[in-house]
Amino acid sequence: MSNYFKVLRPGINSTFQDLGRFGLQHLGIVASGCMDQLLFYISNKLVGNKVSEGALEFAYQGPLLELVGESALVAVSGKVNFKVINKNGETKQGTPNESFIVSNGDKIDILSTINSVYGYFSILGGFELKEIKGSVSTLVRAKIGPNNGDKLKPDDKIFFNRSNSTGETKKIEFDFDTDNTIRVMKGLQFDYFSKKSQEDFFSKEYKVTRLTDRMGMRLEGEKLENTVSKNIKSEGITKGSIQIPGDGQPIVLLSDHPTIGGYPKIANVITADYDKLVQKTQGSKIKFKLVDLVVAESSFQDYIARFNNF
Amino acid sequence: MLKKISNIGDCGITCDFGDEVNKKTNKEVIKLFNFIQESVNSKKIKGILNYTPSYNKLIINFELGKIKSKEIIEFIKGSDYSKTTLSEKNKIVEIPICYDEEFALDIKRLEEKTKLSFKEIVNKHLNTDFFVYMIGFVPGQPFLGDLNKNLYHDRLDTPRVKIKKGSVGIVEKFCTIYTFESPGGWNIIGKTPLDLFNINKKNTSVLSPGDTVKFKSITKRDLSSFKNE
Repeated sequence: MSNYFKVLRPGINSTFQDLGRFGLQHLGIVASGCMDQLLFYISNKLVGNKVSEGALEFAYQGPLLELVGESALVAVSGKVNFKVINKNGETKQGTPNESFIVSNGDKIDILSTINSVYGYFSILGGFELKEIKGSVSTLVRAKIGPNNGDKLKPDDKIFFNRSNSTGETKKIEFDFDTDNTIRVMKGLQFDYFSKKSQEDFFSKEYKVTRLTDRMGMRLEGEKLENTVSKNIKSEGITKGSIQIPGDGQPIVLLSDHPTIGGYPKIANVITADYDKLVQKTQGSKIKFKLVDLVVAESSFQDYIARFNNF
Repeated sequence: MLKKISNIGDCGITCDFGDEVNKKTNKEVIKLFNFIQESVNSKKIKGILNYTPSYNKLIINFELGKIKSKEIIEFIKGSDYSKTTLSEKNKIVEIPICYDEEFALDIKRLEEKTKLSFKEIVNKHLNTDFFVYMIGFVPGQPFLGDLNKNLYHDRLDTPRVKIKKGSVGIVEKFCTIYTFESPGGWNIIGKTPLDLFNINKKNTSVLSPGDTVKFKSITKRDLSSFKNE
């Protein structure tokens, strides 16, 4: 008997992701991978998977799924409003960051994330996903990944691996980063910008616009004036780079970024603050704070220490 | 020569080979790229996630939990990769191209602009050994150079909304091949039936940075009967 989830509603942008597909950027293939590593990690921990197991990532509105088959241990991580509806139609509010058992005919309705963008859905034993170049991450733009490289669609079936153990439910408590300060290091072309713009960048607020997705986050705020050159020779791009195109409005390049690009970069988001950044919803205001490599590296140690607590 | 190594945030470094965009500079970039790739494959260095060459830079991304920028910079400075030769690693690839007017959308304009005949343009393109400077923006898209000087031309004023996969375009001293249908502003001079990129193949990309490309003219009939392996 096969076991699967039937997709009754796919959600806005639901894709399978893991930690990313590496070693191919020189061929034009970006790493992709989960946007929020901490939540991804937690979703796997909750069901007892290895922490790199592929999970279903959703943004804002998640999917409505119906289980067909044997009971399974699952979890939803993030700040998420979701409901579990059993086959008799009884509805129960779901608790995120705590694993639970679903049975044949149960529906999981992931209604929305709360004051955040991304959340994860995981299952004990993992989903049945085909690895492509060592990863089950999805890059929709190039149709690379499981599910034919596409996001979830209505009537898709999500098969999963049966686990030998039944697993134990588990709860993880943790604090979400909610402040609006994003720490950055100076970018390669920081000196291209006028003194005033350099100051503005670190003192003014920037608003997250609706033109934001897994590829990049477009910001709106004080225009940044480039006094050297609006284009540079195309160069490799790093996740978290903040580029300033001709219109002077920043774009933070996120997990599905193009592999090379020709806009000057004013700054780079430090690894420890990346998860916090990607969770900023449309309309949120953020502020950038300049730090150096020493601070960035020690902040990373604090960030990683959180993972080891669960 | 490697001029400068700088940090890009806390999990990347850039190796800068100067401001020139030419084959000589790019070959130095590719040498370091080959060296890093080999060092990763032979596990001489850990924690490297990606290494991306462009015209004059190599960007290296790494896993901060496994290695720090200081260690990578020391590793590069302490090695003598520049002695390697490119020909050991890189290959010559023949790419079929059909210059039929159905596909050579911009060749009429190029004739007017360059004062060369269609045949002269084609011959100049065919007689060039192109160097693969870099691959990217989208998967598998190569940036080849250098074009014959007489064919140098600006980007289209208004980019096309859709350029078909396999289209071969030129801008300034570069030539590219579209590996996906996409918008674009390059002057299109022909089409190749060869699939340069296929994620499901072991060799995902036919070309690698540092390879040499020679175009081979084919007829419209050859184009339609061409079978990718």
